Amino acid sequence: MSPFMLGILILFISALLALALRREHEAASRVGAFGAMLGCAVATIPVLRAMAGAEIPSLILPWSMPCGSLIFRIDLLSALFLLPILLVSALGALYGLAYLRPYADRKPVGSLGRCWFWYNLLVAGMLLVCVSHNALMFLVAWELMSLASFFLVAFDDEKTEVRDSAWTYFIATHLGTAFIIALFLTMGVAAGSFDFADFHKATLGPGVMGVLFLFAVIGFGTKAGFMPFHVWLPEAHPVAPSHVSAVMSGVMIKTGIYGLLRMLMLMGHPPAWWGWTLIGIGLVSGVLGVLFALAQHDLKRLLAYHSVENIGIIAMGSGLGMLGISIGSPLLTTLGFAGALLHVINHALFKSLLFFGAGAVQHGAGTREMDHLGGLLKRLPLTGLFFLIGAVAISGLPPLNGFVSEFLIYLGAFHSGATLHGTAALSGVAVITGLALIGGLAAACFTKVFGTVFLGAPRTEHAAHAHECGILMWLPMLTLAALCAAIGLCAPLAANAMAPVVANMTGLAPEQTALAVTYAQWPLTGVVTAAVALLLALCLLALLRRRLLARRSVGATGTWDCGYARPTARMQYTSSSFAQPITDCFRMFLGTRTSLRAPGEPFPQQPGRLSTETPDIFIARFYRPLFSWITRPLSWTLNVQHGRVQLYVLYVALTLVALLIWALGWPQ
Amino acid sequence: MSSWIDGVMVVLILTNLALLGTSRITVCIRIIALQGVVLGTLPMLAGEEVTLRLALLTTATVLLKGVVFPWLLLRAMRKAEIQREVEPYVGYILSVMVGLLSLGGSVWLAQGLPLPGPMAGTLALPVALFMIFVGLFTICSRRKAISQILGYIVVENGMYAFGAVILDEVPTLVELGVLLDVFVAVFVMGVAIYHIRREFDHMDVDQLDTLKG
Amino acid sequence: MNSLIHPLLALLLAPLLLGIINRTKALFAGRTGQPLLQAYFDLAKLLRKGAVYSETTTWVFRAGPIVGVAAPVVAIALIPFGGIPALLNFPGDLILFAYLFGLMRFMTVAAALDTGSAFEGMGASREVQFSALAEPALLLGLAALARLTGDLSLSGILGSLTPQDWAHAAPALALVTAGLLVVYLAENSRIPVDDPNTHLELTMIHEVMVLDHGGPDFGLILYGASLKLWALGAILTGVVLPFHDERLWPGIVIALGGMFGLAVFVGVVESSMARLRLLRVPQLLVAAMVLSALALVLLMR
Repeated sequence: MSPFMLGILILFISALLALALRREHEAASRVGAFGAMLGCAVATIPVLRAMAGAEIPSLILPWSMPCGSLIFRIDLLSALFLLPILLVSALGALYGLAYLRPYADRKPVGSLGRCWFWYNLLVAGMLLVCVSHNALMFLVAWELMSLASFFLVAFDDEKTEVRDSAWTYFIATHLGTAFIIALFLTMGVAAGSFDFADFHKATLGPGVMGVLFLFAVIGFGTKAGFMPFHVWLPEAHPVAPSHVSAVMSGVMIKTGIYGLLRMLMLMGHPPAWWGWTLIGIGLVSGVLGVLFALAQHDLKRLLAYHSVENIGIIAMGSGLGMLGISIGSPLLTTLGFAGALLHVINHALFKSLLFFGAGAVQHGAGTREMDHLGGLLKRLPLTGLFFLIGAVAISGLPPLNGFVSEFLIYLGAFHSGATLHGTAALSGVAVITGLALIGGLAAACFTKVFGTVFLGAPRTEHAAHAHECGILMWLPMLTLAALCAAIGLCAPLAANAMAPVVANMTGLAPEQTALAVTYAQWPLTGVVTAAVALLLALCLLALLRRRLLARRSVGATGTWDCGYARPTARMQYTSSSFAQPITDCFRMFLGTRTSLRAPGEPFPQQPGRLSTETPDIFIARFYRPLFSWITRPLSWTLNVQHGRVQLYVLYVALTLVALLIWALGWPQ
Repeated sequence: MSSWIDGVMVVLILTNLALLGTSRITVCIRIIALQGVVLGTLPMLAGEEVTLRLALLTTATVLLKGVVFPWLLLRAMRKAEIQREVEPYVGYILSVMVGLLSLGGSVWLAQGLPLPGPMAGTLALPVALFMIFVGLFTICSRRKAISQILGYIVVENGMYAFGAVILDEVPTLVELGVLLDVFVAVFVMGVAIYHIRREFDHMDVDQLDTLKG
Repeated sequence: MNSLIHPLLALLLAPLLLGIINRTKALFAGRTGQPLLQAYFDLAKLLRKGAVYSETTTWVFRAGPIVGVAAPVVAIALIPFGGIPALLNFPGDLILFAYLFGLMRFMTVAAALDTGSAFEGMGASREVQFSALAEPALLLGLAALARLTGDLSLSGILGSLTPQDWAHAAPALALVTAGLLVVYLAENSRIPVDDPNTHLELTMIHEVMVLDHGGPDFGLILYGASLKLWALGAILTGVVLPFHDERLWPGIVIALGGMFGLAVFVGVVESSMARLRLLRVPQLLVAAMVLSALALVLLMR
């Protein structure tokens, strides 16, 4: 445990140093970034040992509060979530070093140092969240994480939309925290201690437990991005610096999943409807997430909606796992949870890869608007290649890692659909339909992204003069892309590693989960065999093609646009036109707004204009009415707000007197 | 034999889904006619032996549901010069999806209602529930009065299927009474549509609220 | 060793399916039609040609056709044929089967977008829309078959399906067949979803995506398309003709007969139907999804 704490200490110290050195851009950045990397590297040692099965002794500190003990522990579930956090945070620090450099001239003095201060605090917060086994410490770490990420989102705070997005995030995350506090209070009071280890002692009726389950889903789901609590993701991710978006979207939202799983396992034997709720949320988040992503034309906003989609897939896997526990099927439990947990890691890899790629595009071309880009593969060959790998992986296509985790969830769903009886079998049908639809739509979405941003001809000057990023930025991408391929090609090993985690988490006997994972070994070996065969076939065909063309004439000319002599870049299909048939097909869920100004009569004086916008339907139809409904009765409190210190002191004094009277009783 | 009944049930489900996904009213009426014919044969298939009573009931049902109702409705359409589009409030694909969901719901509900009877194990009960849901949904989600009649007929068909499940022998009198009821309803609505059309020059049900004082 | 028979047959005979379809259509139209082996002649000619590439394109454009052949080749290795188990079979291979075509589509679409042509973008856009709706239909249909046979691998499912299943679960199997048939026609860009013979770029889907490919690249695309036609057809044939024999050859002959029969059927469909309006295609695919889901519900009791 001590190397881990040392790592966190390094993070805190480097954060403070970066803040202290903030007048010197370069020094502050170096201290911050290297501190983050060093801290992560040191903390990785015990995490790897825990994953390998070693027992890491807990760190128990004296705590003067009557709420249990201050206890830090790395068990397998923590280790599994810590691994991607450490990796992505370290890579993000390396990337951020180069990514933030252009900001040094643009931003006021000191902002880079502050950025690194909050970045390292965010990393420390995430690490602490995953090892705290006491409700109070957990909340402190949770708050540290939320606040640090809030300040990071507000990095570009001179822009109004950035400030608005940051506030949306701030409010959303704290509303979520309120539910978590309610959950912890109820559980802790019932159990008589705020240590997680004692939470199982809480004996509450099934009704109360059901409410607590919903609290956990709302509270942690807000952080994770379950629909309809996802509204902050598409606001906050696009405006944060790209390495921060990568960390937030890749790993920070996973702490929500971590908290949810941790709590669910402490809440006793789950009724079937818990599993069903998770599956339902997963379906909604997955399908609507990818549909909203399709309708976006801001690259990072689109990626943010894809996080909602992938969280949906994780929720579906967890739902199958919960259902498996509830009906007593170790196979379903293991397949569902193993798929979900592996997807946690996989999503961390490819989503941060994609955000890094998006950052490189923004860095190189100066815009995130996809319809202004195009043809970047020629200008940014490395970024383009890595982005393509990430895009194939996130679409869940073989032979990369996204397919492996979705395959495990599919296998669970097929198992449930093909062999179980009664309603449980319907869960398989629901998950299969959902995953298939999500898979097809995600592939549509990423062909759109890759096609409009990296392929074709540049649509604007920005895109035509884009430049490739430096090694500090492409090296993290290379690492992540290689890991995506590695997990895809070592699928059986990856699944094997999940078995003890699931056993540790669910309390199933390790033999049972190992048996279930053995069940998945044969299929996964088959998948890998097929992947290798695919790669071999690709190489052979490429060689064949090369030989065929070797002795022939190979010419180059303009694109044959069905005989049209002079196609221009502006005639290309844009991202909006590419997605239009699908968004039109699902328009009742999306509410896309189109505004059209047709060009005038035969010789138009001014150009026509067509724009589409797809605002988040939950904000427009649910949250905005809800908040305006809440604001109305609360607005009378403005009457007591005058901004005079004297009055506020008076309020305090009156409250004190009232409390004293209430506590001591009315004097007789 | 059970396979035959399953086949009939599948045809019933498909006709309902087709009804939800069809945009032409004449096609809808024909679908309902097909549904009536198939439904009419159900007692024949379920019965142990073919009795005269069963044969008569079958013939009457098939004739009424498969020939008379559609004929009346088509006639009403022609007379009232109704346009061919269904004009739904809820789109066709979404309607089919709602249909599919309600099918899942019916299967789920039917598990909680184990009923005795010859067809208890078959799909008949979920299908009956499903038809009632589809009928109600059609009534709620379609603008035109004629679609609403179609909805009523589907609901009645559902009840007919329900009767076939729970009762060993459908009391002929009750069944014929129900048939007569619907017959009168269709007849009256057919006439009413004609007159609404003549008086108001349109026949959207949502315009009827202008009649209230 | 026997498992190698099907991949070899598929690799050799897949282009013949195109010839059979075309001959059937010619017969209906009262023409003599092209030779049965026309697709082979085309392939031979294309592979001997040089190529012209658009200056807009990158390596993605050249990679598209290669993935377009490699993915269906691997998919064919997952399919049993005439009672012989597949070369590669494991529980859940049906998921890989569906996703391999996803990979093929991803790269074909990317290659189309690489040209920067509006027409190809249009085709690509339609392709991803329709396949996104076809994928649930395919997987639900396969799930229904898995439910019926209690097995999760294609070899296990098609191997344990017998004519008796058609006797006692006829409605469900008929629904699955109908659903898979729609998927088969849609995924292979046949009428009523796409018309491979159309000459108007605005109405094309698959053909318009490959307008810019030529020479060996186009040969690979043609070959990949015929392999895809074979792969999905082999599943359909396996469901409709579940005859197995102790001996090797009768099963193969029946299955081959089924494949060619299916090609004739496609020819008949293409001769007797018009293609749907593009706006109606999603409805057809949703209908296929409904059919598959219904089959699954039927089998769940």
